[in-house]
Amino acid sequence: MAEATAGQAIATEWDGGAFPYAVGHKKLGMWFFILSDSLTFSALLIAYSYVRAASGTWPTPFHLWPSIAMATVMTGLLLSSSLTMVMAVAAAKQSDHRRTVRYILLTMAGGLGFLVLHLNEWATLMAEGVRFSQNPWGVPLFGATFFALTGLHMIHVASGVIYLGVIAAGVPRGRFGYEHVEVSGLYWHFVDLVWMFIFPLVYLLSFGGN
Amino acid sequence: MDTAMETAAAARHGHESHRLYLWVWLYLLGLTALEIALALVDVFSTMVMLVILMALSIVKAGLIVAYFMHLRFERKSLVLSLVPGVVVVISLLFAFFPDSFRILELGTQ
Repeated sequence: MAEATAGQAIATEWDGGAFPYAVGHKKLGMWFFILSDSLTFSALLIAYSYVRAASGTWPTPFHLWPSIAMATVMTGLLLSSSLTMVMAVAAAKQSDHRRTVRYILLTMAGGLGFLVLHLNEWATLMAEGVRFSQNPWGVPLFGATFFALTGLHMIHVASGVIYLGVIAAGVPRGRFGYEHVEVSGLYWHFVDLVWMFIFPLVYLLSFGGN
Repeated sequence: MDTAMETAAAARHGHESHRLYLWVWLYLLGLTALEIALALVDVFSTMVMLVILMALSIVKAGLIVAYFMHLRFERKSLVLSLVPGVVVVISLLFAFFPDSFRILELGTQ
């Protein structure tokens, strides 16, 4: 009886045993990375909100054209690249190398499009005179919060494109399998998720009319 | 179950999950469109907009985490190890927030 109970205890998921989360170490590691990264971005977003609440009139330089329209296209690109990424993971699960690589390349194209549009946005703002600690509209910290927040996100998108490129290059040669594709997908969806907070907080709340 | 049936079942499952992902994607695009429409209509104060946009963003983040990142289909022990801790720590970050009104209310003295 005691032996049977011990056997059942090992079988329950709470006891853990050798495989408590039923995921591989790569996937668990990526989840822990995402955990810490989500706290980094939360801290930055809260710092931005803090500075904004502590300042008088926050600049609203984002007009319908080009900023909001472009940011909308960028949001669409990231969301669609997340869709192609889940398709890549599904293809990798069926060991369909050709389709996996094709969907990863589509995902990378979405990320690259996002980067081009975002750098263009930065160039427009800098041409208007926005710098890290000064801008034409008054609150000096506007530039610091904007560039820090969107810049860190941009670095994540750029590293994500490189990461996916490495995975895509290794899939046909059998160097990277299903789990690698799935874990790179987790990273990519997280980058998408962060933008779902930056877009409304930074752009939509600073809508400056048509 | 023989191999042919297993393959058919796997293909059917794959097809169903593709449709699920497509629906999640459409919901995400729809919620984004709603956010943009609210910003363009511009009838709410900044505070009300902040609350609405954050609520919509949390729904979008939930959809991404649950379906695209597959967390809904993971073991419960993983979900419970990842999600509540992050929620608590992010809530703790807000402990600093009331201080942001200090300068505007009390000045810099």
